Parts: sequence; structure tokens; C-alpha cells
Amino acid sequence: MAYRLGVDVGGTFTDLILVKEESGDTFSAKVPSTPEDSSIGVFNGISKVCAEAGIDPKDITHVMHGTTVATNTVLTGTGANVGLVTTKGYRQVLQIARSFVPGGLGGWVIYNKSLPLAPLGLTIEADERMSAGGEIVDEVNDAQVREELSKLKDKGIEALTVCLINAFANDANEKRIAELAAEVMPDIPVSLSSEVVPEMQEYERAITTVANSYVRPRVEKYMQNLQTELSDKMENVQLHVLRSDGGLASSAAAKSYPVNLLMSGPAGGVTGAVWIAGQSGYKNLLTLDMGGTSTDVALVQDGVAQLRRETTVGDVTVRASSVDVRTVGAGGGSIAHVPELTKALRVGPQSAGAAPGPAAYNKGGTEPTVTDANVMLGYMPQSVRLGGDMEIRKDLAEQALQSVAQGLDISVQRAAEGVYDIVNENMFGALRLVSVEQGYDPRDFALIAFGGAGPLHANALGKLMNSWPVLIPPGPGVLCAYGDATTRVRDEASRTFIRRFSQTSTDEVAGIFEDLAKAAAQTLIDEGVPEDEQVAGYEVDIRYQGQGLLLTISVDLDELRQTGLEAIGKRFDDQHEQLFTFALDAEQEVVNLRAVVQGKSAEVKAMTLEEGGADPSGAVIGKETIHVEGTDQEANIYDRSKLKSGNQIAGPAIVMEMDSTTLILPGHTGSVDKVGMILINPNE
Amino acid sequence: MPAKLIQANETPFNRVDVDPIALDIIENALKNARYEMDTVLFRTAMSPGIREQHDEFPMIANVEGKMVVGQFGSFIHGFKEAFNGTIEEGDVFLTNDPYACNGAVSHINDWLVLVPVFKDHRLIAWAAMFGHMTDVGGKVPGSLPTDARQIYEEGIRVPVTKIFKKGELQEEILELVLYNCRLPHWNRSDFNAIIAACRTAEKRCVEIAERFGDDVFYSAMDELLERNKRAMAQLIKNTVPEEKQYFEDYICDDGLGMGPYRIKCAMWREGDKVKFDFEGTDPQSISSINFYLNEEMFKMFCGVYMIMVFDPQIMFNDGFYDLMEVNIPAGTLLKPMEPAALSCRTHALGRIFDVLGGLLGQGSPDFLCAAGFSDSPHFMYSGYDKNGEWYQLYQIGFDGVPGKPSGDGPDGHSLWPSFTNVPNEFLESYFPLRIDVYETLPDSGGAGLHRGGNALRIGYRFLEPGEISIHDDRWLTYPWGVNGGHPGQRSQKILVRTDGTEELCESKCDRLHVNAGDLLYFDTWGGGGWGDPFLRPTEQVAFDVDAGLVTVEGAKKNYGVVINADGSVDEDATTALRAQMSSDRGDTKLFDKGFESVDELKARCESDTGLKAPQQPRFETWVDVQRQRVAG
Repeated sequence: MAYRLGVDVGGTFTDLILVKEESGDTFSAKVPSTPEDSSIGVFNGISKVCAEAGIDPKDITHVMHGTTVATNTVLTGTGANVGLVTTKGYRQVLQIARSFVPGGLGGWVIYNKSLPLAPLGLTIEADERMSAGGEIVDEVNDAQVREELSKLKDKGIEALTVCLINAFANDANEKRIAELAAEVMPDIPVSLSSEVVPEMQEYERAITTVANSYVRPRVEKYMQNLQTELSDKMENVQLHVLRSDGGLASSAAAKSYPVNLLMSGPAGGVTGAVWIAGQSGYKNLLTLDMGGTSTDVALVQDGVAQLRRETTVGDVTVRASSVDVRTVGAGGGSIAHVPELTKALRVGPQSAGAAPGPAAYNKGGTEPTVTDANVMLGYMPQSVRLGGDMEIRKDLAEQALQSVAQGLDISVQRAAEGVYDIVNENMFGALRLVSVEQGYDPRDFALIAFGGAGPLHANALGKLMNSWPVLIPPGPGVLCAYGDATTRVRDEASRTFIRRFSQTSTDEVAGIFEDLAKAAAQTLIDEGVPEDEQVAGYEVDIRYQGQGLLLTISVDLDELRQTGLEAIGKRFDDQHEQLFTFALDAEQEVVNLRAVVQGKSAEVKAMTLEEGGADPSGAVIGKETIHVEGTDQEANIYDRSKLKSGNQIAGPAIVMEMDSTTLILPGHTGSVDKVGMILINPNE
Repeated sequence: MPAKLIQANETPFNRVDVDPIALDIIENALKNARYEMDTVLFRTAMSPGIREQHDEFPMIANVEGKMVVGQFGSFIHGFKEAFNGTIEEGDVFLTNDPYACNGAVSHINDWLVLVPVFKDHRLIAWAAMFGHMTDVGGKVPGSLPTDARQIYEEGIRVPVTKIFKKGELQEEILELVLYNCRLPHWNRSDFNAIIAACRTAEKRCVEIAERFGDDVFYSAMDELLERNKRAMAQLIKNTVPEEKQYFEDYICDDGLGMGPYRIKCAMWREGDKVKFDFEGTDPQSISSINFYLNEEMFKMFCGVYMIMVFDPQIMFNDGFYDLMEVNIPAGTLLKPMEPAALSCRTHALGRIFDVLGGLLGQGSPDFLCAAGFSDSPHFMYSGYDKNGEWYQLYQIGFDGVPGKPSGDGPDGHSLWPSFTNVPNEFLESYFPLRIDVYETLPDSGGAGLHRGGNALRIGYRFLEPGEISIHDDRWLTYPWGVNGGHPGQRSQKILVRTDGTEELCESKCDRLHVNAGDLLYFDTWGGGGWGDPFLRPTEQVAFDVDAGLVTVEGAKKNYGVVINADGSVDEDATTALRAQMSSDRGDTKLFDKGFESVDELKARCESDTGLKAPQQPRFETWVDVQRQRVAG
């Protein structure tokens, strides 16, 4: 009997989902996380979930895992000592970056740039040159490069990056330098820009490849340890890691190209949300993942999360596909303040984080946070506690909110409502970015909220966006584990190929697509996905010649052969018009071609709830006076674990579970469906 | 006669109380709309100057035309004064003529689009945006002729024109304008993109008004302006002294062999108000380096600068305009009289920010920044390639960011909001060019406790014969240092011909012929240093030396830091050297401009720079005559 396991390591809990391959039956477990060594929690969880399912851990064949190791390495600045090889004349490519200074007019006055990920002192120039058309202008000067590499070696680099000008057009010189590096420093991992991201734009390619080198040693070590420990207990288990784009990578691919894992965490949440919402029958979604310091939002159309060719972590932005998650600095820990000169109410981006945390948590925090506002308003009742979560002190929240109340000369209650409204507005802005601004009408989408704080704000955001129903899935941690367990193995291969339509042909483009698909398919074959279980998709990035924008058009290869490039050009025109209200009578230009190959998706059944009729009173565990829309109202408090399928919860109401709290507003009703989802809709 | 508003719905707005929370929400929503304008424009414009380098400026204004969100302040008041016609629903205005809009745009490459926003047939707001077109015709490719004497030589001028009349595009006008440009398909796309961006703002304004109600929307915009005014009043009181402060700086030359040109400004506070007086600024130039400076725009520069330096939390808008008074005498470099040429105003535009920094900072040296904003250099290259196709490149260069109270200035970065470089691989793919060198020059940033950013060097290798233009400044005068910081290195341009001979290029020149294989080193200037360089921590100096941003000799000469062969600091030698150098120097100067007098600077010009010193500027008498007529 074969089983697959999805594992999500969160800050507080580690969640696991075990799936029986044959039937799709699932078992879940939740155990405390062990931050000092997260594998301890993982193995506690494995023991627990296997016991529950009554199986031997040896029956687990695949482990799927979302990891934040790469992200944290960048955020904490604890990556490798990276050496960088550039073309002669380009040593300062990272120092100059794009010459961009953030902050608008006068922004330079307060801008202090952080140091490049590969220090200038560890950057060398190679005597070589490639033309933009891919012709070798100067061969690599082996002797010069050898000498420079030896110097780098003596400086103790831990990883090497090669990014040469125009390597997107021809990788020959980068390959040669990799050979020289293998001679000079055989133990040092080498990342080539022509392999990591073979696309035009020297700075973006350099920073992406350097980031790959930067996180590589730590990711390799983490993966190695996990794989070893898993193999000890489960013999033939295969470890897969969730990539930023929501696909799965083998541990080998993850170790070579860890830059693709920077958004692994958020991608897990989105893919899990897509899966669970699919069980409830919703495929068009806006996702809202609100944590302690920030909120991630994304748009999902027809069950597919929108991707972006860019990933940002901290102040590092790289060219790597990721689920198009937009982040705003608004979370439960965001601090509210009223600046002296303007007397405006601002929330965030400063955050009280986990320490000292919100004032109401009584861990030393004194500044007013979003969580304190929620406590003050009664949305997080102090009267009821579940499963050992922390004590909540309304008096401390009230005390902290005084500064806002005094600054604005309003009551504390009104101040708390203000904080709640402003933070909603910040998230509303982010949701608009992924919807309205991309040409999507939010009324066509359901809003699915998760993360510790998301369900407290979801109903209010549904009202602002007019996105119904608002979906509250069970357990935010379980959600990510579901995401891990249900995703498919995926790889993509891409190439920059800049040609005006008149300079290329349908055949030439189709030929390149086939080559790219072969390359991506091979990766999957190496990971044990047989060819007949693979599905290939194709994408082309197009623009009007002279334009900066790229629109990605998905391509059916057979259709391309029949209708030719012109039909794709027409679709580009239509999309341009839809997004920007006009199309141009200008020649189109192909820029990038991409093939995406995926394995087949796993059959997973959701856990189902017992039928219970409309009356939810069996789950009521208390009452609370909450302040909502300017008045005090009585709200029932429900224990989510006691809700049954079919229950109808009339707002105002509070639904509590171990790691999250849901607020249902007056005038709205939450219905519980068979998979435990709460669907909130306005009353007719 | 000022413009006349015609609207079917004449219901006046009611000024209502706006809940403080709703006010913040509306401010956020307007801010988001303004950023959305950028996004739409960048994605669809074609001129690299707009879409890669972001030479564009969006704005949303209230019903009276005061900017509520944006960057350079509102110009709608000036437009309404100057435009002699009606403003009706569905109208969209286009202009590029600085003389027709009181300097809202300052050269005719900038196309300005104004959209009055109507809701229920009543004007509720304004959306506007301008962007720099790569070419608008005229005597040279790029439309920035250094030697132009009149604006007529600089391309096609569009007076304030209804390009949409009651919703109808006036196609014949648009075609007529495009017919006069060298790259009409770029201009068309950029024009469409600017319109699309303004339409986005229009839509958002209407949505916000629908959500909160028209009166709340109207009142909130007022309240946001007032909120800013209150904050700025406080800031002005705290930071601007009542005693008159003076500052002056120079544009090095005019491209015709004359210079330098003085820009002088005085600043003082009277009660709540801060006053600026540009009396003493040189008369207008006979070449195109004049900068038609709109007074309101200057107020905005000033306000933004103060906000950034003293309290970046404040949101800026037009609310504080009543708190500032600006006098720019007519017929000067900063308020030239029609039809003076204006295309190369980039030097004076940049220099204004240096002047402002010097003026505002001298009263509070802890907040003073060094010079280095200075200019916005341009490089142009055009011709026919081997396939007989016309190519034309316009590129904005970057320099060293000045040393500032908060820290070092970044090397080779932009001081202009959200500008970025054009990727070199993009240049090499689309133009007959190879970029041989792209680096910053060690030691070019002024030494200081906070180092000025290094100058940027771009080595352009030309692959086809063609013509180039160079527009730069700060080759004679220095980006000055402050509080003991040294001036930054000056700019220079060297053309290396295929036979190896090197030619020094003038800082401003047009139509310089180049051959395939020639190499141009385009070196900008370094930012001035901030604070005493002898106080810069030795490990930071050593770090810069290891990075190749400061040389071993530079560390010794400018910082008094002795670096050993292995890169470590010789602490004993350094302590001794610093003590010696510090006592030789004496007290630090508030400003180090790098020269004693203009005469002294000119006298060493040729030996310093290899270029002949500019002659005393010659001014034209008609300007005086007309000015007196205007005054009389």
C-alpha cells in the first residue's frame, strides 16, 4: 500500500496530511512545531499520523514539503560567501543595479542601499565577450580566468556564480568558465546564469543567479539532512519540495536551483486554498493570507493561480516564476500610530512581531496593534480559550489603544474600529492590485481567507470587494499541508528568442517549443514521472516591437501549427485591448518561449463532516458583546470542531478554532458545507 | 480670458465633515490610483525614456486643480489662466508648450495630457500626466538642440489643444503633430499610454466618489490639502530662519562656449511664510539651456525636499502653497521670455535641487545634503544601420548620489524619482552598440564621513557610423561637499577613435560624427561628500578599497587612511596621518565648492579639464527692452 504525505512547518504548529494513493482517503495530524530543529516536529507528526491511520511509516513513498529555508536565509542575511564572475567592464553590475532609488522625489535623501549579495571584493572580471546575437566576439581567456578564480578560492568563497553579458543568447563562454572553475575549485557549487535564468537583462540575471548561489549551501544541507532522516525511517521515500510557482521539485532540482523556492511557503497556502475551494465547488478565487506581520494576496482563475516572472524577498527581487502573491505590510502585529504633524491614522508597516507582540498577549508589548483592535472590539474574546492557546487581556489592549484615541481625539472603541478599517483598506488595496488592475472583476471571484488573522477580516473585505461567498477553510496549517500533498511535479524550460514576427516562422517557433518541452520532460523522467503521465503546456511572451511590456500568451502546439503565429498575434492584440483599452497597428515581437511540463495530479479526497442540519446551537460555547458598525451587539461564540455540515450560522457570530478565529458580521450568514468550509454570504 | 467651465450639472458641492478614518481611506485610495497610472503607462509606452527610465509624472488634483497626489505639483491653475476656451465633459487637453502653460512642462519633448474628471455631468477632479517623448521633430534627432536660439528650432509646438472634444478624438490634429516627429509610432503609443493612464485615474476618482458620496470626496480632498498645510506650517516654523539665507551655484556653460551662468536665490521667513527670491540670477541664455521654472513647481520641489529631510511621514500635496512666495524675475535663465529656446533645460532643472539643498540646509547643517543632483545628462545616437533602417537612441545618464545625513550616497544611481537605467543587453540587442564598460569610477565620489556616490562611466562602442549628442554639465564647477566633506569629481567625455587617438568632447555637443569601432567614455560626476572624511571609520574606508570603490592612494590622500598591502589598515600610521592632515586643514567648512572665485576656476580650467575656459556670457538686449515694457 502506498501513501503520500504533505507536511507544513508553521511557526506554532506542524501540520501533516497523509493520503492513501489508491483511494485518496486522508488522515491529518497537528503537532507543536520545534523551531530549534524542525525535523523533530516533523517526525513527531509522522508518528502521530501513521498511528492514526494504522500504518507503518515505511508505507510512505512520497513526502511533499513546503519550506521557508531559502526565504529565511535571504531575510536573515545568513547565506553563503558568494563569488561572482562577470564580463570585463561589468564588475559593478550588482553595485549599480538598475540605478533605482525608491521613495519618489527626494527619496534619495533617506535611502541607504544594502550591500550586494555577492560582495564587490569577491567579484572578478573575465576576459571574454559575447554579442547580443550570440556570436562569440572574444573567446574566454583561460589563463586570465584561472588566475582570477584562484584568487577567489583563496578568499574562501562557498559558492560561485557566473553571469556574463549576453549569455542568454549563447552559453558557450559561461560553460567554459564552469569547466575552469571545476579545475580550480572542484568542491565549490557553481551556478550559471544561462542555466538558472537564460533571459535578457544582465542585472536581473545576475541577481537571480547570485541569489541561487547565496541560498544554495543552506538549502542543500537542509534537504540532505531531511532526506537522510526520512530514509532512515522509510527506506524508499522520495522527497519533493514545493516551488514558488506552486509546482513540485525533486530534492535534486531543489538543491541545484533553490532560487525557485523563495516563495515556497506562500505558494503552499495558495495551492492548498485552490484545492480545498475546489472541493467546495469554487475555482475563481481571491486568496487572503493574513499573518502576524504581513498579508499575502493572490488571484486564482479557473483553479490556476496567476504566476509572475518575479519573486521578491526582503529587498531582493529575482527573476523566478512564483505564484503572483502581493504582500502588504499589514498583519495582526502591525502597529497603529498617529504622527504628530499630520494627525493621520497610520497602521504599519512597523510590526510588533511575535516579540514583544500585541499588547493583549501580555508578553511585554505596549504599542497598539491590529490584534489589540480586534480584542478591543470583542472579535477575539478573552472569555473562551481553546487548546492551550495564549491568554488574551482586553484591559491591556484598551490601554495600548489610548495613544491612538488621544491622537485623534476619539473614544478607544472608535479608535479600535478605525484601526480595523484602515488595515482592511490596506488589504483592499492589495486585492485590487491582483484583480481590478489586472483587468479582472472581483465580483466574479470568491474570497478565501486563511492565516491566523485572515478570517477575522475576511467578511469585511468581502463587503469592500463585493466578492462572494467569503470562504473560510478549516485550519490554516492543514491548508498548506493539503497544498503540499495535492500539487504536481512541475518543471519549465525557457529561452529568450527575440524576433519580430516577420523575422521568424511558425515552424521555427514550434521547433524551439519542442526542444524546450524535451528538456523539461527529461527533468520529470529523472524524478520518476513516466512520459505518458506528463502534460506539456507552452507559453510565449510577446510585445509590440519597441514596447517594454510583455504579455504571456499560452499556446496549444497543434493549434499553433495550424493557425500560425498570426493567430497568436491576434490574441495578443485582444488581450492588450482588454488590459489597456487600446491595441496598436505595430509589429509584434516574440521575446521569450517557455515550455511547462507537469506530472498528473494526485487523487485526494477531502475529509468530510457529519450532516447536522441548519441549527448550529450544538456548537455554541459562549456569548460576547462585540462592537461592530458603531454599535454593541451580542454575538454567539461557536467551537468550529463541533460544527456539522449544513449548519447555518447567523451573524454577528464568532467561530473559534485552535489557530484561528472567524468573524461573521451582522446581516451575513455562514453556511458549513460537507468539507467543513464556512461560506459567508450577505443575507438576501 | 481664463478658461470657462461648462457643465450640465451645476449643483454646488457641500463642504461636509469627513470622518478621520474615511479621510485616511480616501487618501490611500488616491495614492493607489496614482501608482496605478504609472503601472499602466510603463507597460504600454514605447519611448525607452518613459518605459525603462520612467521620465513621466502623474497627478490627481481636486476640482479646483490643486494636486492631492503626485510629484511635481499642480499646473492646472496656470493652464486655466492661459487657456482661452471652454472645459467640457469629454474634453482632453494636450500641450507641450512651456509658454502656453506657464512652465507646467519645461521643454516641448514633454507632452502633457489633462483630463477633467466628470461624474453625473459635474466636474469632480482632474487627472494629468506628462512624459518625455524621444523625438518631437526639430533640427536634431531627439529634439534637444544645444545651439537653438529660438523654440521654433526645437520641434513641433502644440498649444493647449482639445485633443478629445466632448469625447471625440481630433484625429487630424494628432496626425498633424505625429507627422512632424521622427518616430511617430513611438509618440503615438506613448500618447495612447498617457491617455490610458489618465483614464485609469478618472475611473478611480469616480469609484471613490460613488463609494463615499460626492460631497465627502470633495471635502476629503480639501481636508487632505489642509492637513498638509498644517503640517508644513509647523515644519517651516521649526526649520526656516527669519534671517535671510543666500545660496548660489552655476551652470558651467551654454554649449556655445560661454559661461558660467549664475543661479542665485535668497530665502527667509516672515511669520508663517517662507519667501524665495531669485534676484541676482543671470539673464536668459541665447542658447537652449534656459529653464522655464514654474513657481508652483518650485514650491513643490521645496516642500518635498523639506519633508524628505525633516519628516518623511508627511504626505505631500499642494496644500501648503499659500505658505510660500516665490519671485523669479522675468528675462532670467529661470524665466526666459518667449521665444527663447528651452530644450536643454535639464542642467538647470537638476541644479535647482542643489541650490535648494544648499539654501534649506545651511540653517540646520545636521540636515544639509551635499551636491550631486546637479543635472540629468543625456546621450543620443542615431543614424541608418546596415539594413538602411533608422535607429535613434535617447538615454538618460546617472551619477553619484550626494553624501547625506543618513549615510553614504549610492554609486551611479538616479536622483530622479523611480528612474532606472536601460539594461545594456537591451541596448546591444536593439541598437548598433556594444557597451564595453559599465562601472563607477573609484575616488570620484567626494570624500566625507558619509562618502558621495561614485560617478558612472559608460563605454559606448559604436558598431555603425552615426551621429551622437552629449548633453552634460558639472565639468567646470564641482558637486560641492558639506560639513567638511570634499567636492565630487567633475564629469568628462572622451572619444577614442579606432586608431587609438583620444579626443576630449565638449560637455554639450550635437551631431558629432562617429565611425564603427569608435569608443565613447561617458563619465558623469561624483556626489559631494558629507562630514569630515578624517572621522570616517577606518574599516569602512578599507571596505571601500577592497571593493575597488576607493583606491589605496585615494584612501590616503582624501581620508588619511593608510592601507597595507594585504588590505588591512595601518592604524598607527593612519592616526598620525589623520592628526597631521586635520591640523593642516583647520576647521571644516560648511560648504566646499572646490574653487575660490569664478576667475580662479576659469584660469585653471584648461590645465584641469583639457577644455578651453568658457567666455563671459553675452546677453541679448531685446530681453531688457521687453522686460521694461512688461514692468512699465
